[in-house]
Amino acid sequence: MLLTTLATIITLASPQSPDTDARKASGPVRLDGSSTVFLISEATAEEFKKVAPKVNVSVGMSGTGGGFKRFCAGEIDITAASRAIKPGEVDLARKNNIEFVELPVAFDGLSIVVNKANTWVTSLTVADLRRIYADGGVKTWSDLNPAWPNEAIQIFSPGTDSGTFDYFKEAVIGKDGKVRGDISVSEDDNVLVRGILDNKNAIGFFGIAYLMENEGKLRGVAIDGGKGPVAPSPETVEDGTYQPLGRPLFYYVNAASLTKPQVVAFVDYLVEKAPEFAPEVGYIKLPADLQSMVRTNWVARRTGTQFVGADGKEVHGPFRSIYR
Amino acid sequence: MTDVPHVPVGRRILANRLFLAACVVCTGLAVCVLAVLIVSIVMDGVHRLSPDFIANFASRKPDQAGIRAPLVGSIWVCSICALTALPVGVGTAIYLEEFAKRGRLTEFIRINISNLSGVPSIVYGIIGLTAFSRFFGWRAGSDPIEFGNPDSLLYLRLPFGSSVLAGGLTLALVVLPIVIVASQEAIRAVPNSLRQGALALGSTRWQMVSRLTLPASLPMVMTGAILAMSRAIGEAAPILVLGAPLMVLETPSNLMSEFTVLPMQIFNWAGRAKASFQEIAAAAIIVQLAVLMSFNAFAILVRQRLQTPLQ
Repeated sequence: MLLTTLATIITLASPQSPDTDARKASGPVRLDGSSTVFLISEATAEEFKKVAPKVNVSVGMSGTGGGFKRFCAGEIDITAASRAIKPGEVDLARKNNIEFVELPVAFDGLSIVVNKANTWVTSLTVADLRRIYADGGVKTWSDLNPAWPNEAIQIFSPGTDSGTFDYFKEAVIGKDGKVRGDISVSEDDNVLVRGILDNKNAIGFFGIAYLMENEGKLRGVAIDGGKGPVAPSPETVEDGTYQPLGRPLFYYVNAASLTKPQVVAFVDYLVEKAPEFAPEVGYIKLPADLQSMVRTNWVARRTGTQFVGADGKEVHGPFRSIYR
Repeated sequence: MTDVPHVPVGRRILANRLFLAACVVCTGLAVCVLAVLIVSIVMDGVHRLSPDFIANFASRKPDQAGIRAPLVGSIWVCSICALTALPVGVGTAIYLEEFAKRGRLTEFIRINISNLSGVPSIVYGIIGLTAFSRFFGWRAGSDPIEFGNPDSLLYLRLPFGSSVLAGGLTLALVVLPIVIVASQEAIRAVPNSLRQGALALGSTRWQMVSRLTLPASLPMVMTGAILAMSRAIGEAAPILVLGAPLMVLETPSNLMSEFTVLPMQIFNWAGRAKASFQEIAAAAIIVQLAVLMSFNAFAILVRQRLQTPLQ
């Protein structure tokens, strides 16, 4: 008797678990934005449907800029972005009375990879990478540096349809440039790994998460983005020193949408599950301390961006020193 | 009689044969291209077709992915498009051909409608976005006005946003010029003597149109409608501009529901790196062709039902 009473009291007192909240929630959640983050959104939406069958999450792919345009017009609940919000977009949001919660979800990083037997390349500048990958680029290692062997470079790349390729092209060659045609392309990362493993003169690139999986077999090359060579690793991507091939990924949630229980339930789920889905689709998950910061900021519904200062200018510097 | 230059019989027969051969080659070429297209798509995608593929929603895992949301979305949007574009288009054509006074203004309108059918569909997407999704910026930044319960079939929201209704109306804009021009041609093809006969017997213009010209031109009007719907179901660009999402995990429940369409789903899958996504893209194309053919079959059925012989 006493036990059952106690049990009743405990059940009554304990707050509802987020899962039961989600199961009851219904209605639309509109998400749009970056095609890079689409992979995380897609995984989250699909799994969330199993938890909350009555919530209809729709995911668009208008790109980061296009997503912010719709977000700042109040057309969507959440936008995904492969960079932090820009001052102009903050102004636009303010003009339309839109407040938002900023939530980093993961990091995206590309690693430049060579064969273990390649002893000469320790670091490459972005200009070197351009000379290797751009149309009309160099043929041999010695073309790049006279001290290096006079042997043809074997160039590997992920498929031109992949987001990895787009990101590399934009960061290294530029939007209007052309990648050379005489390179080995494969949609399958395993084929790239094998190609680079088998060939002493090979160079290639893919997500850092994939380099971590194949650690020891291949060697990641340090990249000099203008401030000295930096090795590819989750840490250097996080602190923002691995430039220009590392970047944070974000979600921005419209504060006005937080009155909708289905949006809150979805973002609750997103914040908890993103570290699980990010590596699955090739990104680096947030480290535990950053993850708990994101959780705290979400629970507190902290609005505004930390990447645009009070003076209305973009804040530069390592991610960790900016995001609190 | 004008003089026909004398050509020896042998040469005339030869010319005739050459012309016939040229025609056969042209037809063969067109059929070949179509056959190659269909065969390659079927070979890529047919093994992915299954009841699950139709019944499942999109997924990041190609083996579990299906086309339920875009398939139902396409059917919703095309139905809305047909229900709006056909009456408006045929009505416009009847007015222009049977009621409007011949003059510079009518001629100007007629030429412009023909020109409109050449405008890229993405332009109509932008018009649809401004007019239907945003109501020209009316209530921008504030909540839309709602009528009814969001769960009910009769729910309405102003402005329409990226809803099936906005999508259907935008596609109606895309196909309207096609419907109007085809219907005009159809009405013009009805012999004038019939009209004069009807009017001479004392019928009003409306009686003439409703009992004579319209039934007589209906088969050709329906042919125009088939062309228009074939275009509507294949359009991705205007829908993309409206901001329709690529991944939807529910089928529309009313005119205000979020939706996606088959061409967008195909575009999404075909652009992915993994080969298995290319296969389900091919499977989705097969389904789209099947839907298109059933739309057309329906139109042909209606045509045959309504056809009355010209007496």
